[in-house]
Amino acid sequence: MMWRAWLRPLTWLAVLLLATVGMSWLAPLFHWLQPDTRTVVYNRQDFLYLLWLHVELVFASGLAAALTAMIAGILVTRPGGRDFLPLASQIASIGQTFPPVAVLALSVPALGFGAAPTLVALGLYGLLPVLRNTLVGLDGISPTVLEAAKGMGMSPWQILFRIELPLASRVILAGVRTSVTINIATAAIGSTIGARTLGDPIIAGLINGNTAFVLQGAILIGLLALTTDSLFEAIQRRLDVRRGQSSVV
Amino acid sequence: MIELQGVTKRFGDRVAVDNLSLTVESGEVCVLVGSSGCGKSTTLRMINRLLPHDAGRILIDGRQIASFDPQTLRRGIGYAIQGTGLFPHWTVARNIGLVPRLLGWSPADIEARVTELLNLLGLPPETFAGKFPHALSGGQAQRVGVARALAGNPNILLMDEPFGALDAITRENLQQEMLRIQAQLHKTIVFVTHDIDEALRLASRIVVMHEGRVMQYDSPDVLLRRPANAFVENLIGSQDRGLKAAALRQVSELLDREAPTDDLSGEAPALLMEDTLRQALSLMFRHHRESLRVVDGNGDSVGVIRLSRLMAEGF
Repeated sequence: MMWRAWLRPLTWLAVLLLATVGMSWLAPLFHWLQPDTRTVVYNRQDFLYLLWLHVELVFASGLAAALTAMIAGILVTRPGGRDFLPLASQIASIGQTFPPVAVLALSVPALGFGAAPTLVALGLYGLLPVLRNTLVGLDGISPTVLEAAKGMGMSPWQILFRIELPLASRVILAGVRTSVTINIATAAIGSTIGARTLGDPIIAGLINGNTAFVLQGAILIGLLALTTDSLFEAIQRRLDVRRGQSSVV
Repeated sequence: MIELQGVTKRFGDRVAVDNLSLTVESGEVCVLVGSSGCGKSTTLRMINRLLPHDAGRILIDGRQIASFDPQTLRRGIGYAIQGTGLFPHWTVARNIGLVPRLLGWSPADIEARVTELLNLLGLPPETFAGKFPHALSGGQAQRVGVARALAGNPNILLMDEPFGALDAITRENLQQEMLRIQAQLHKTIVFVTHDIDEALRLASRIVVMHEGRVMQYDSPDVLLRRPANAFVENLIGSQDRGLKAAALRQVSELLDREAPTDDLSGEAPALLMEDTLRQALSLMFRHHRESLRVVDGNGDSVGVIRLSRLMAEGF
């Protein structure tokens, strides 16, 4: 039953959309949480609109990051680019130790406030997990397999697209998954530098001492992360099933 | 026919293959044998240009391999290696069909070829075609590896320790299988191994290599009878050389067809015509007999083999 693999992401998506549209239905709950506050549900901007902006930001930066990192990872593992391999893997590991907030803060002086610096910061930060996993994935392919492919008379392009990338796809996809999940959280911090995201209610809540606002932003970001993560898991499972590595779920 | 003329290969300062000349006739099984680092694999990998040679010429059917496009050259040469190198994300059928697909065969032709090869190697297509490599045993995977090497119907087959990672019983089965297939197909095979027994068993000619040079190039029989130098003598082992030589020949060669066989029936088992003289000697020792009955496939006596005759022959 192939469709069952998609059941979980679809369920989370439904919960996410329901929470986005129906946050005001939970007003009594938030009232009970904060009896002294007049406005308990964030109302400066529609949640659905914020969700859309958030997803757009993560998707655009994630796509650019994944493509750039994969191309870089492929280039430095080709005979012509081997010289840059140690440098690339160093950058990929050192970059991971930078806190995302620092990357955001550093891009403000360069690009000013708003969505642009957030996009760039997310893109740069998202590069690293994908680059690292592309290198690990391509490096992890058995030399015997590559020797056989070459010995059978496959061209370098055929080896790359029919053997190397399919075999590394699982690991690369895991890198994209990490990258996107981290950036869903990091994008929220973008609200501090003027990007409109689901971080807006959190920032507003922190400034005004309104815990309900913080909760609303956090719940939606959490649900978005769960939806995305389960989507990636479903894709990974599909890949496994196709190559017979696990039984059909 | 494969000709190597004065071929040299260096890795930095180290000379891996030193001015090597060798001719492998069509239909021959030429086994390169030697310890690791002797240049046997390097020699093999130069034939399909996985490694470039630094000096000398390599010719296939009279044409220099340098004149071919490397990919075209490799598609025309079967290649089987230790550990198989099967593509883990492809089914057995797709793995075997690789070279035909690269050669642009039609899907129907490829499918027919895959089925033919699976049958040839004793892997029922209905069971194995759809399997993935990780679901195969070591021996099955290696059979698929050999099938893949044969798929494009090449005249030449290069095999680099293909049975090296298998247990003794599986290895012996596959060696037998290979001899059976070779008797059918008559490919020109260059086979690399470090196992002298495997070499003696499979080869029509053996190349003993040491430090990039050929120590001796002869048929297994001649190699055992007249080793060219101390290195070869040491490699084939001075102690059991006689038994190794006996293993190369069949009972049918020294059979006495005239002798009466009636008094030989009894507890000692009979030999088949195609059993080796080594097996004959072993049975004689074990059952304290100086002669044994030889039977055909139906169990009917066809003659007698005698210890005295084996002794007279000498190995």
